[in-house]
Amino acid sequence: MTSLFEEITETSVDIPVRRVTITVNGEKRSANVEPRLLLAHLLRQGFKLTGTHTGCDTTNCGACTVLVDGRPAKSCTMLAVQADGRDVMTVEGLATASELHPIQEGFKEEHGLQCGYCTPGMMLAAKALLDENPDPTEDEVRWALSGNLCRCTGYQNIVKSVLWAAEKMRNSAG
Amino acid sequence: MYPSRFRYESPTSIEEAISLLEEGKGEAKVLAGGQSLVPMLKLRFASPELLVDINNIADLDYHRFDADGSLHIGALCRHEHLEKSADISARQPTIAAAAPLVADPIVRTRGTFVGSVCHADPQGDWASCMVALDGYIVAQGPNGRRNIPVRSFVSGPFQNVLAYNELAVEAVIPAPQGTALGGYMKLERRVGDFATAAVAVAVDMSGGKVTRAGIALTGVGGTTVDASDAAAALVGGSLDEASIAQAAELAASVAQPRSDHRGSASYKRHIISTFTARLLGSISESNERAA
Ligand SMILES: Cc1cc2nc3c(=O)[nH]c(=O)nc-3n(C[C@H](O)[C@H](O)[C@H](O)COP(=O)(O)OP(=O)(O)OC[C@H]3O[C@@H](n4cnc5c(N)ncnc54)[C@H](O)[C@@H]3O)c2cc1C
Ligand code: FES
Ligand code: FES
Repeated sequence: MTSLFEEITETSVDIPVRRVTITVNGEKRSANVEPRLLLAHLLRQGFKLTGTHTGCDTTNCGACTVLVDGRPAKSCTMLAVQADGRDVMTVEGLATASELHPIQEGFKEEHGLQCGYCTPGMMLAAKALLDENPDPTEDEVRWALSGNLCRCTGYQNIVKSVLWAAEKMRNSAG
Repeated sequence: MYPSRFRYESPTSIEEAISLLEEGKGEAKVLAGGQSLVPMLKLRFASPELLVDINNIADLDYHRFDADGSLHIGALCRHEHLEKSADISARQPTIAAAAPLVADPIVRTRGTFVGSVCHADPQGDWASCMVALDGYIVAQGPNGRRNIPVRSFVSGPFQNVLAYNELAVEAVIPAPQGTALGGYMKLERRVGDFATAAVAVAVDMSGGKVTRAGIALTGVGGTTVDASDAAAALVGGSLDEASIAQAAELAASVAQPRSDHRGSASYKRHIISTFTARLLGSISESNERAA
């Protein structure tokens, strides 16, 4: 199959493609897209940022979660054109060239992943929580991640990972 | 999955949005939070020719209490804003109780209150709150604005009475007649699931008496069920064990639950009665505490 991105961005008969410019992980990126292209597809096939996973493709699992202007959004349920002019963060935006993000470290230290499919979405939902609430209780972590499904871990270690990250982030901020 | 082709416009004013809807001649759809519409586009349950994205209209993103006490919720007010606003939790208990139970936290960052009422899903939580609170929708079209009470706004499952060239610009909850008390209880199998059954209760009280009451049921009928007899029975009296039991029974009697994967009809009816009694019981307690 040709890439979905190529396939649906070719100039179609009567629907004009639109140019979108999105700040992705701090970098301005532009593309011509058909309005029906989903943000998840632009990120994955267009920008080759395959860290954003699509799991259910029906708005249920949260694997495709990215941050749009700092708030978590299911990128399978948002059109790429809707991200025009906005700031998008994907899992690739968490680490720097030399260092993992504390949330990533937390998932490593506390074994917060098994197959890793849900992990990018979990991490971004966690980041949105910690940006808002640097010292969450276990319940608050569970609540904030309740839109993200994991088929492997049973959630226990994911919650521990986020609490680990919160502590590390508080310590390095203090 | 991706939707069939459509033209996309993102107007920056209400007037521009309305003229686009006019241009669409019934083949256009409004895109608000997209948390119901985008899944439907992907499944191709909906294939509009034109999508009018209202997310870039600056003055629709608000909720506010007016001086008279009425609550106004703009078309871009997201579920999570209602969930996290201090004035909502202090002043509008029915909405405050329902907000964290709508969908899941990520859907709540984008989905809107008004979009949800427009979507008219019989399982929708906000429509029940609107009915219990006697809310209305303010619709704007080429000829100006009109107010549509929620009871006549929803015309069937997934159907509302908006004309093709009208935009719902806000939802309004009228001022309470006394102290606004209320709550929302929802039985769901897991976070993000629609209600197995849910009850919205809104009671205004003054001097120990009920001045106004609304009770509405989610998930137990072809549309939101207005338990108006149950609510009417409360007006004028105080909330005591007998009046609560009677209202709970009347509410359960108008539910039209169906047995499905979420539960049997009799179980759902039982939930309606139990939730109605619990909600009214805690309203009565909090009213006594305040007195
Ligand atoms: C996983 C999941 C779980 C969910 N669980 C629940 C739940 O438990 N309870 C619940 O109540 N809902 C639930 N929802 C639905 C959710 O609340 C939606 O946000 C809501 O139903 C629609 O609001 P929206 O802003 O996303 O509207 P959209 O999806 O943008 O639009 C929905 C419909 O309303 C029309 N519309 C929207 N805004 C306007 C307007 N201003 N004027 C005219 N027409 C308009 C659109 O054209 C479309 O037909 C769930 C959704 C998902 C994906
Ligand atoms: S892939 Fe988007 S929610 Fe599952
Ligand atoms: S680690 Fe496999 S789905 Fe979460």
